[in-house]
Amino acid sequence: MPQYLVSVWHDDDYADIDLASPDMQRIGAQVGALNDELQQAGAWVFGAGLAPTSSATVVRAEGGEVSMTDGPYAESKEQMGGFWVIEAPDFDAALDWAGKAAAACERPVEVRPADA
Amino acid sequence: MPELDEVFRREAGRCTATLIRILGDIDLAEDAVAEAFAIAAEQWPAHGVPPNPGGWITTTARNRAIDRLRREATRTDRYLAANRLQSDDMEPEPNPELDDLDAFVDVVPDDQLRLMFLCCHPALAADTQVAMTLRLLGGMETPEIARVFLVPEATVAQRIVRAKRKLRDNCAPYRVPRAAELPDRLHAVLAAIYLIYTEGHTATAGPSLTRLDLSSEAIRLGRVLVELMPDEPEAVGLLALMLLTEARRSARTAADGSLVRLADQDRRRWDRSLIDEGHALVRACLRRNRPGPFQLQAAIAAVHADAQTAASTDWSQIVALYDQLYALSPNGVVALNRAIAIGELHGADAGLAALAELDAAALETYQPYHAARADLLARAGRGPAAVAAYSRAIDLSTNPTERAFLERRRHIVAVTTDRRD
Repeated sequence: MPQYLVSVWHDDDYADIDLASPDMQRIGAQVGALNDELQQAGAWVFGAGLAPTSSATVVRAEGGEVSMTDGPYAESKEQMGGFWVIEAPDFDAALDWAGKAAAACERPVEVRPADA
Repeated sequence: MPELDEVFRREAGRCTATLIRILGDIDLAEDAVAEAFAIAAEQWPAHGVPPNPGGWITTTARNRAIDRLRREATRTDRYLAANRLQSDDMEPEPNPELDDLDAFVDVVPDDQLRLMFLCCHPALAADTQVAMTLRLLGGMETPEIARVFLVPEATVAQRIVRAKRKLRDNCAPYRVPRAAELPDRLHAVLAAIYLIYTEGHTATAGPSLTRLDLSSEAIRLGRVLVELMPDEPEAVGLLALMLLTEARRSARTAADGSLVRLADQDRRRWDRSLIDEGHALVRACLRRNRPGPFQLQAAIAAVHADAQTAASTDWSQIVALYDQLYALSPNGVVALNRAIAIGELHGADAGLAALAELDAAALETYQPYHAARADLLARAGRGPAAVAAYSRAIDLSTNPTERAFLERRRHIVAVTTDRRD
């Protein structure tokens, strides 16, 4: 069955987001409910929230040397804050899940086919 | 061979649609259909056109595709696919003398519908949906599409390549959407067909003949859609709207190619048979009592078509229909047309008052807004303001015929204003 990456996008750095705020509490509950639904439907492969890109490290391996730089690979205002990998029979079914994901997170999500 | 061109126009979309279902791949299907037409071009002049040209093309295309899959079967799954396809009771070579070729290749009428929904998938941008529809259902080549939309060929080619890849990579299903998603999905198909129609109808730049082709292609697609989804009143409404608009085509331009307003058109030049067909469709869809934007626009066009003269137009009916339309699609364009209709029903001042309620900032770059405002201002005797509004409309117009019309209007208003002052 085809797999899809459903990623959740923030318009800016979300490092100082307050997880205890009513908004985040509500979103957390919505995402939890969606996770249950995905698992019950057999569509769940994996899902996770990500720490902000300020905690990212880029690692390169060139000519046998491994080097690393502090910070994200792409400097952009928009950040991926989390993702699911889902399994769905086809694109339209994946888009249905993506619609639910966007509603649960109250943010835009991006759908990309993933070839495992 | 003229028959072949005609068969191509009529059958290319249908054959491609069926081959996509059989082969599960858009590119393979297109190649196979092109190959089948090439074979027809060789054989038909000598052997005559087969009794069922569409079935012949589909069978030949399917057999060629299977041959090709076998030839290129480097991967096991392809080989399996070829074997699977072959497993139905199929002869290896096409036999044009077979009586019932349709049954032979299992043509499903739904195929064209599936293809329409695939081309107009909501994950594709609107201009891509249109390009895909024209290419796959209309059998138009990329350069042709580029020419009618006045965009570089490379742009259209890239849009189509990307769309095909996106649909394939994402495993887009080849089916008619389920009832729950149907209204939204159908709306995308209707909007794409209407966009093709209006592009052909609004004679923007480009050779006028090509434009006419575009309108007739949109009407052909609309007919296919109504035939396949007779219970969808909006599909019927779209076809009615296109036919009623098309009926006025020859009256829309004067002998010198200049634009003639609806009010000034010679109504004897309207195509009565298109109007009659459009009227019957409007009545049929409105009876279902599930009004939608296309049905209401068609009903408005029908009221215009009913009037023997511009003066006898039933404007109160038109305003009522625009009220309904605005309730369903509250956008600036509908509000503008409603204001124009109010101007006809209750006079220019009432029309201007209705215009004043609109969000002028949102319509600032919309040429018809300024043209309509100019017209109302002129009729309200506010010459200088009308001239300024005409000037703004002229600046925004991208269509030479339309611009010439607006310049003529501005001139008339300017001259009469001078005399009055």
